[in-house]
Amino acid sequence: MMEKKKSNSDKMGRRSFLKTLGAGSVATTAALSGCKPSGGGGASGGTALAEVPTDKMTYRVSPTTGDRVSLLGYGCMRWPLRQKADGSGEEIDQDAVNELVDYAIAHGVNYFDTAPVYVRGWSETATGIALKRHPRDKFFIATKMSTHRDDPQLRSFEGSRAMYEQSFRNLQVDYIDYYLLHGVGIGGMAPLRERFYDNGMLDFLIKERALGRIRNLGWSFHGEQEVFDFLLAEQDAGHVRWDFAQIQLNYIDWKHASGWNINAEYLLGELEKRDIPAVIMEPLLGGRLSRLGSEALHILQEMRPQDSAASWAFRYAGTPESVLTVLSGMVYMEHLQENVRTYSPLVPVNAEENGALEKVAEIMLNADYVQCTECQYCMPCPYGVDIPGVFGHYNRIISAGKRLKSSNDENYRKARRDFLVGYDRNIPKFRQANHCIGCEICKPHCPQTIDIPNEMRRIDVYTEQLKQGVEFSNEQLAIKR
Amino acid sequence: MLKIVRRILATVFFAGVTLLFLDFTGTLHRGFGWMAKLQFIPAVLAVNVAVVLLLVALTLLFGRIYCSVICPLGVFQDGVSNLSARRKGKKNRFRYSPAMSWLRYGVLALFVVMLVAGVNVAVSLLDPYGVYGRMASNFLSPVYRLANNLLAWFSERVDSYVFYSTDVWIKGWITFGMAVVMFGVVGFLAWRNGRAYCNTVCPVGTMLGFLSRFSLFRMAFDTEKCTRCNACERRCKSSCIDVKTMTIDHSRCVTCFNCIERCKFGAMNYAPVKWGRKRGEKPSSGQTPVSATVNTDSQNTMSRRNALSAITFLAAGTVLKAQEQAVEVRGDGGLAEIMDKKNIARQTPIVPPGSMGARHMKQHCTACQLCVSACPNNILRPSNKLATLMQPEMSYERGYCRPECVECSHVCPTGAIKPISAADKSAIAIGLAVWVSDRCVVNTDGVQCHNCQRHCPTGAITLVDRDPGYSDSLKVPVVDKELCIGCGACENLCPARPYSAIYVEGNVRHHQI
Repeated sequence: MMEKKKSNSDKMGRRSFLKTLGAGSVATTAALSGCKPSGGGGASGGTALAEVPTDKMTYRVSPTTGDRVSLLGYGCMRWPLRQKADGSGEEIDQDAVNELVDYAIAHGVNYFDTAPVYVRGWSETATGIALKRHPRDKFFIATKMSTHRDDPQLRSFEGSRAMYEQSFRNLQVDYIDYYLLHGVGIGGMAPLRERFYDNGMLDFLIKERALGRIRNLGWSFHGEQEVFDFLLAEQDAGHVRWDFAQIQLNYIDWKHASGWNINAEYLLGELEKRDIPAVIMEPLLGGRLSRLGSEALHILQEMRPQDSAASWAFRYAGTPESVLTVLSGMVYMEHLQENVRTYSPLVPVNAEENGALEKVAEIMLNADYVQCTECQYCMPCPYGVDIPGVFGHYNRIISAGKRLKSSNDENYRKARRDFLVGYDRNIPKFRQANHCIGCEICKPHCPQTIDIPNEMRRIDVYTEQLKQGVEFSNEQLAIKR
Repeated sequence: MLKIVRRILATVFFAGVTLLFLDFTGTLHRGFGWMAKLQFIPAVLAVNVAVVLLLVALTLLFGRIYCSVICPLGVFQDGVSNLSARRKGKKNRFRYSPAMSWLRYGVLALFVVMLVAGVNVAVSLLDPYGVYGRMASNFLSPVYRLANNLLAWFSERVDSYVFYSTDVWIKGWITFGMAVVMFGVVGFLAWRNGRAYCNTVCPVGTMLGFLSRFSLFRMAFDTEKCTRCNACERRCKSSCIDVKTMTIDHSRCVTCFNCIERCKFGAMNYAPVKWGRKRGEKPSSGQTPVSATVNTDSQNTMSRRNALSAITFLAAGTVLKAQEQAVEVRGDGGLAEIMDKKNIARQTPIVPPGSMGARHMKQHCTACQLCVSACPNNILRPSNKLATLMQPEMSYERGYCRPECVECSHVCPTGAIKPISAADKSAIAIGLAVWVSDRCVVNTDGVQCHNCQRHCPTGAITLVDRDPGYSDSLKVPVVDKELCIGCGACENLCPARPYSAIYVEGNVRHHQI
């Protein structure tokens, strides 16, 4: 019960605009679990939860630098926002960030992953402010060279170097523990060469590492295998040494990577061959693995009645020994607490459980989900569409079992209303799928290589069918797709 | 007894008609739509002979029951007057005054001339139902919707989909101003003099008053019982009882039965006229001097409170919209700032499908705003042009005329918008899409856009090469005039802002495609 509630609040956590609602539902959770004190025990399915442990965190030691890194890494791409006091827009809720960071460090988390572009470019500064309040040796900080957007000025040596140096100022540090070439693989080899080879940036960064201003040099990878193979071949050839690599890994992507993503089984295998530790991103596939449909959820709950879908996904991602840390963009204290519990200490996924997750993956793959992780790389859409918002709404409808197969479905009336009312609630009308003009500007930015305009059209067609109340069946839709 | 029945019926009608203006879900109209169609001027404009005859017959039989029960503006005035009477010593504040016949008949004559001449501003300004409709849709409807939005807010927080929120906006300031003025004038007169407006200005009142002189049932003194205490005269909100001469001006009596209820001596009767005799002998009822104050005036208090709220609403009138901030240097996420669309100046206004064109609309509409209130897509709003003042016209910056919706055509009581089905609508051309090449994002931004083409319900928009002969040419929209129905999907969904690059010009006369 509580797990369900949690995943419920989790799903809303992705949406800044439903923040209050999320908070409301979190409050409900607290109320349901018997008014637990912060971090205290409560009731879950009648079983009392222990205190969130402060000293049980699982740590992994980097074979390259010997860093002792907490298995739970803090992803700083989803910091909570609030309205500015003067009402002139949004800003990061620094108080909430401080509270989360303090709690995380107190409970053993020591890896913080940010980037110059996260949270509309505000993440580094906010993360820096929060971390500045702790001793420098208590945490590792990771940030990136985010020149994956096609901006020639930024991709020049001067532009890139400016971005690099700005990170030090934003984070208020004089060395960076983990520095990543951000999003290599997106767009294939050409951008990689342009961003890091032709302008001499990679050589510069390697020098910086030698000077101690970068302690670990690595990259985050999305997209084309050619690039992944190339970077490893560079190491094999002795041109460069990678201290770590960041890849997308979860029980779907292990064998069933979508779009141009590469199966994590392959990626991790190649890294293990070279003893390169892996930082894991998207362990929840943008939250989708935390809100399973009931069919899938029951498979897991039969084995571990008290565990949430999210904790399964985290255990899965943390199980391989070559994983250094698993990143989670935690917006709410409750998520942080649950994840700390999951990894304090980690109970590795056994063979039988692996089989169960394989079944869940099959169910997920057969559903109609848009493979969006709500990473926001596509945003802002110049024509105002809230791309992750639209996909998120659609995916939640699927998770809730309310995606109609045809107009003759039994729950047609209710599902129709829930979809349409929920759509208008979540997304302002002028940001809905019908405002996608199909310009395809977003398409190259998507690390999941979703055909965004096409998926928008698919959702728009579905919405129109419901709005007009016309007869339809999934077969027609399949053709449209 | 009669008074209680009158009050109950009046409350039912008043609430029913008011709710028609408040409901935006389209559910009430199915059950209560007839209440609007029963209104006199709408029936005249709709050339609804049956209703007109029914109302004439009703008046000839029972007097101006219409004014007491059916007319929402009449009941509204009773409410105001009732409130006024609650002040100390004001309960019996009326006294007989002679009829202002020159004014009454003057206004009626003017009204008829205007009606025939087609000067609809005058007609709709004087139509009591239209006057009330504008008050309800401008004052009550926003308050009702705000309350609904509050419920929707709560319902969202408990994951319920029972209530959904709706846009609240003042659709036309001139019309809003007119509603304020009429609210002031009618309210003031009712506060001071009861039914003075009905008996001096209202053309329907004058017209029915003319008939009610000859009505079968009417008030009459029982001279034997009457003590000439003046109580009835002091209570008569129509100021039509003259105790001195023992006469009643039946043309002004709205058959409210207050006098019967007031008379302790049973000297006032409501009975069929015995032709040749001046009074009814046997009082049918009215012997019981019950003070019928049980029936509370919730309606009246409501209109007053709502009027106040409407002013508050005015102050906070700007629709709260999420303030999006401009994105800082190439961060991920956030939302692009999107300008609101602006209304495009159209050479020919667009009027809803079913209205057959500007002329028919102009001749039959009484500007009651019922369609404006009912439009779920925020398209209809009152016109600001003198010739069609306050009558509905369409604009697509907030929505478009969706294929499944025929709401306005079903609520219209005057036949200005004739009932049509969704299938009918898909073949009625109310306007024609016009493409403005230098606003089109294909030209301004150099991106391929196909939103107008993709959303055109009739396939009237297709894309052609902008630079013929080049294989990689971007494509621009062209409109097939034979297929376009003017629904505005293209205009509403066009990414060009604030002015859409494709917009609809109205058709003076609608035609079939």
